Amino acid sequence: MTENCRNTEKQMQRGGSCPAEAVRKDFPILTERTAYLDNAATTQKPRCVIEAVKRFYEEENANPLRGLYELSAAATQEYEDAREAVQGFIGASFPEEIIFTRNTTESLNLIAYSWALNNLGPGDGILTSVEEHHSNLLPWQMAAKKTGASLYYLEPDREGRISGEAFRAALKPGTKLAAVTQVSNVLGAENDIRLFAEIAHEAGAVFVCDGAQSVPHMKVDVRELDVDFLAFSGHKMLGPMGIGVLYGKKALLEEMDPFLRGGEMIRSVSLDGASWAQLPAKFEAGTVNAAGAAGLHAAIRYYEKLGWDRITEAERELTRYAIEGMKKIPFVKILGSPDPERHNAIVTFTVEGVHPHDIAAIMDEDHICVRAGHHCAQPLMNFLGVSSSARASFAFYNTKEEIDRFLVCLGSLRRRMGYED
Amino acid sequence: MNTFYNEILTDHNLHPGNKHDLPDANYILEGVNPSCGDDIILKLRVEDGMVKDGAYTGDGCAISQASADIMLDLVIGKSVQEAEELSEIFVRMITGSISGEEAERLEEAGALQDISHMPSRVKCAVLGWHTLDEILRHPEKTV
Repeated sequence: MTENCRNTEKQMQRGGSCPAEAVRKDFPILTERTAYLDNAATTQKPRCVIEAVKRFYEEENANPLRGLYELSAAATQEYEDAREAVQGFIGASFPEEIIFTRNTTESLNLIAYSWALNNLGPGDGILTSVEEHHSNLLPWQMAAKKTGASLYYLEPDREGRISGEAFRAALKPGTKLAAVTQVSNVLGAENDIRLFAEIAHEAGAVFVCDGAQSVPHMKVDVRELDVDFLAFSGHKMLGPMGIGVLYGKKALLEEMDPFLRGGEMIRSVSLDGASWAQLPAKFEAGTVNAAGAAGLHAAIRYYEKLGWDRITEAERELTRYAIEGMKKIPFVKILGSPDPERHNAIVTFTVEGVHPHDIAAIMDEDHICVRAGHHCAQPLMNFLGVSSSARASFAFYNTKEEIDRFLVCLGSLRRRMGYED
Repeated sequence: MNTFYNEILTDHNLHPGNKHDLPDANYILEGVNPSCGDDIILKLRVEDGMVKDGAYTGDGCAISQASADIMLDLVIGKSVQEAEELSEIFVRMITGSISGEEAERLEEAGALQDISHMPSRVKCAVLGWHTLDEILRHPEKTV
């Protein structure tokens, strides 16, 4: 913990429950003017993360893993320390099971290109679901097309849940890979990933978990879930943009071909070919994002200091407060479960007669940031029968006052659009 | 309150006078913003170089729909050449600047000027106008 996150530390020394007022001081961008409720898109960054990136460039910048001098060794150390921090954060068995990528999208594409293209063929199957973010859909469409494998889609219920029975029934003979999100980025519904992984393994399939919306909001332990791959982004969990993670079981990663080829991922190169470096370097071609990794490391320390109990309780309370308030406003329809406990800090909604882009624009006039559109999940929107929707998503640093502002604005939308309700 | 959802815009959105079918249209073109789903089908009846009648159908945000409605109020009864000029002035109002005289020619459409401060909504405001310009210049694109 650097001195830059001392507000939180002080708060916790007092044994307080870490109310948002204390935490907010750690986030330079958070002001009273703007209510930032688009945390599922990206979270804000605490000062310690910003300082870690700055410190790397001011004090440790050199190309990691290459230079035979002190500065490069320091950069390498910073980078590898970050890897071990991620390993601990998600409970991986080995540091080399942590591959640094740019983001969830790149992590999932890595699996599609390096595993799926080399392990699938005609007669094989890929199973994914209708509620996936395009990042966990398009790579599999590509892999199916290129290999001749069949692609199957699970349908969730209206609340976004997929049952174990539905998952089991959808696993056809020959299905070699199943890829499902832990938490839907639209409905907030959580899937029973541990059960899905178990069923997939019984059927001989590899299980891929999209953790983009779960890892930032709940304890995710890869050994407990027994997933083969887990993909997530640093920027959705207080870290910098441009650093993401692919966790993969060592035995699988070792068998896989590289995704990108180039610098620092080889053992030797000749004009006839090359052999590859050990894990994790094999999957980290080119100069790495060491400053981003340092920032992610600081973000993980921040999570660990705060503790999951405080984070999940604060976010659960905010979600409950928002949904209870929204239910009282006429013409507002919440997508997914009516139960706030099933939303994981994500509330997607429509307002009858007001287009979601107009909702977001009017919210913006009141300095409230919400997302509008298809949320990179067009097949899910089609499945739900809505062309677009608005989404408010929370983080532990949001306040009830911000939610109150959101609710007041939400209640004013139709009047401001000219309706005389 | 500072809002670009002014009465002119909300009124045209909720009570569009030109949102209906036009069975005797001879110029028909669909305009779509794929990223946000705004969609209008513009129908015109053009005779002797004049926009004799016009209408639209479609779905989308208030800005895209109201803008199309206001546009039709303005161009119906005008010559094709004038309609093209007005379209050019409107797009320039949103993306750059126009003279006071030009602003007068736009009549109610001037109410959309503030959209120029919202870069993400510019494409909504100009959808109808781009579609108008396209079909007047290329009537052969009629579907």
